[in-house]
Amino acid sequence: MVATILSNPIKDQFPALDQMVSGHPLAYLDSAATTQRPVAVLEAMEAFYRHDNSNVHRGIHSLSVRATDHYDDARRQIARFVNASVPEEIVFTKGCTEAVNLVAQAWGRQNLTQGDVIAVSEMDHHSNIVPWQVIAEATGASIEPISVTQKGELDISSLRAVLATGKVKLVAFKHVCNAIGTVNPVSEVAELVSTHGATTLVDGAQALAHIDVDVQALGVDFYAMAGHKVYGPMGIGALFARKELLEAMAPYQVGGGMIQKVTLTSTTYAPVPEKFEPGTPNVPGAIGFAAALDWLSDSGKQRLWNLESELAHQARERLQSINGLRVIGSARETAPIVSFVMEDAHPHDIGTVMDSEGVAIRAGHHCCQPLMDRMGVGSTARASFAAYSTQEDVDALIRGAERVVEIFGGKC
Amino acid sequence: MLNLTDLYQEIILDHGKAPRNKRTMETATHWAEGYNPLCGDQIKVYLQVEGETVKDVSFSGNGCAISQASASMMTEALVGKTIDEANSTFQSFHAMLVPSDKPDQAKLQGYDELQALEGVKNYPNRIKCATLAWHAFKSALEGK
Ligand SMILES: Cc1ncc(COP(=O)(O)O)c(C=O)c1O
Repeated sequence: MVATILSNPIKDQFPALDQMVSGHPLAYLDSAATTQRPVAVLEAMEAFYRHDNSNVHRGIHSLSVRATDHYDDARRQIARFVNASVPEEIVFTKGCTEAVNLVAQAWGRQNLTQGDVIAVSEMDHHSNIVPWQVIAEATGASIEPISVTQKGELDISSLRAVLATGKVKLVAFKHVCNAIGTVNPVSEVAELVSTHGATTLVDGAQALAHIDVDVQALGVDFYAMAGHKVYGPMGIGALFARKELLEAMAPYQVGGGMIQKVTLTSTTYAPVPEKFEPGTPNVPGAIGFAAALDWLSDSGKQRLWNLESELAHQARERLQSINGLRVIGSARETAPIVSFVMEDAHPHDIGTVMDSEGVAIRAGHHCCQPLMDRMGVGSTARASFAAYSTQEDVDALIRGAERVVEIFGGKC
Repeated sequence: MLNLTDLYQEIILDHGKAPRNKRTMETATHWAEGYNPLCGDQIKVYLQVEGETVKDVSFSGNGCAISQASASMMTEALVGKTIDEANSTFQSFHAMLVPSDKPDQAKLQGYDELQALEGVKNYPNRIKCATLAWHAFKSALEGK
């Protein structure tokens, strides 16, 4: 019944995966919360601190030149990975959350006013909802939801209806859903949005690790990313923004490193993207982020993506055959994320039992409370896969779910 | 190594599956809601206080086995208590799960059932589940 998948070709490059938890080999199925990092990333970051550590931009000495080169290279690598037309369209941030906040504050404050509408999908992560609430409050704009179908897909007809009001200035939604795995039709939506003269922001936190992202082909205006969700370090992310939008935006935070000329009473800002990167940047983070994308490309991403989706598909099928277990969401296209509930066990109890079997899953609302409400659950248990996932991980997940049934009973 | 059966004891599973006093209370004199932001679980605790006595305790809302069992056991432990006794049961229960700087805190006595929840202290990320209803009880009593 179950195709056996041979050993994972890259798992041994992830030191953190090689450990026992509760007396079992760790089955790390929480990659949607954060992935593990390969040795290549750890070494790239360590090499920076060991050999090139220096502040960027303002130095004349050799180390500063090297640090600046590495930082600029990292920006180029990220731009290439997502096919931005020029590296200046990539702004480093501390994560996806900060990228969205940057757009909400810098673009939103200039472009939104009383009566304007921000359309936000019901599926979205709190980090792509709350910043819009704050800017709506500040500008007098309002928020309209884009509904989600029972399958867990964006309801395009509801988007059309919102757009038809002619008041929509910005549409914000995620590329891949962290809670239930849905892959949204970004290019179709972006095209629809632009024919209505509105701007698109896509939260790409979960996409980079699992599918090809080409910001030009997708036709998006803003695209937010997080390094730690794609084998890179925590504390670094990036915003892709079309250059003319970025150039027209006022800075979000201000200080050193983002100026051309300062007198005590006035300032000329540096060109983009420095205008949006005040202060000492996270240079090792940027280097690690770029190293992670390189690592993914060099490891043959398509082959790894095929493997992880086959494992997730198998997990979905096998979980569904367990009595009283229900998988949440049934979108046509999904990333390797499987969310489920069990009749007699709350997701938190599932999480605790799984941990006792060495299986790391996440239990909760996954920062998507509006989506949980829509799907009629308070929270779910979520298994999320990545390039290093194995057949053993799936087997352990199923054993864990069976143990939950043993303790809490199946369907009575 | 942690043993799951210390956490999920028979009695906890029993209360979790068939919680006692799980009902809304129209005659409540006090009530309050407890919310666990980790899982989004919400529990409402109702009290009927007459003079100094907690005449009736009930709760509503869904949650995990630990929070349901703890709420259920709490209603049984507190009903009929004076307010002072109920407060000190709260203190002792809290002290059993949350290490405090007051080690001489009165130990839970006479509530064997509640002691079954002691295993939760070995699962730090589950302590909030066990204390959820208790905090709601405290807020209800204090009218917060
Ligand atoms: C879809 C989605 N958007 C945004 C975020 C937030 O990313 P970060 O915590 O890196 O800012 C996450 C991660 O939790 C996510 O899954």
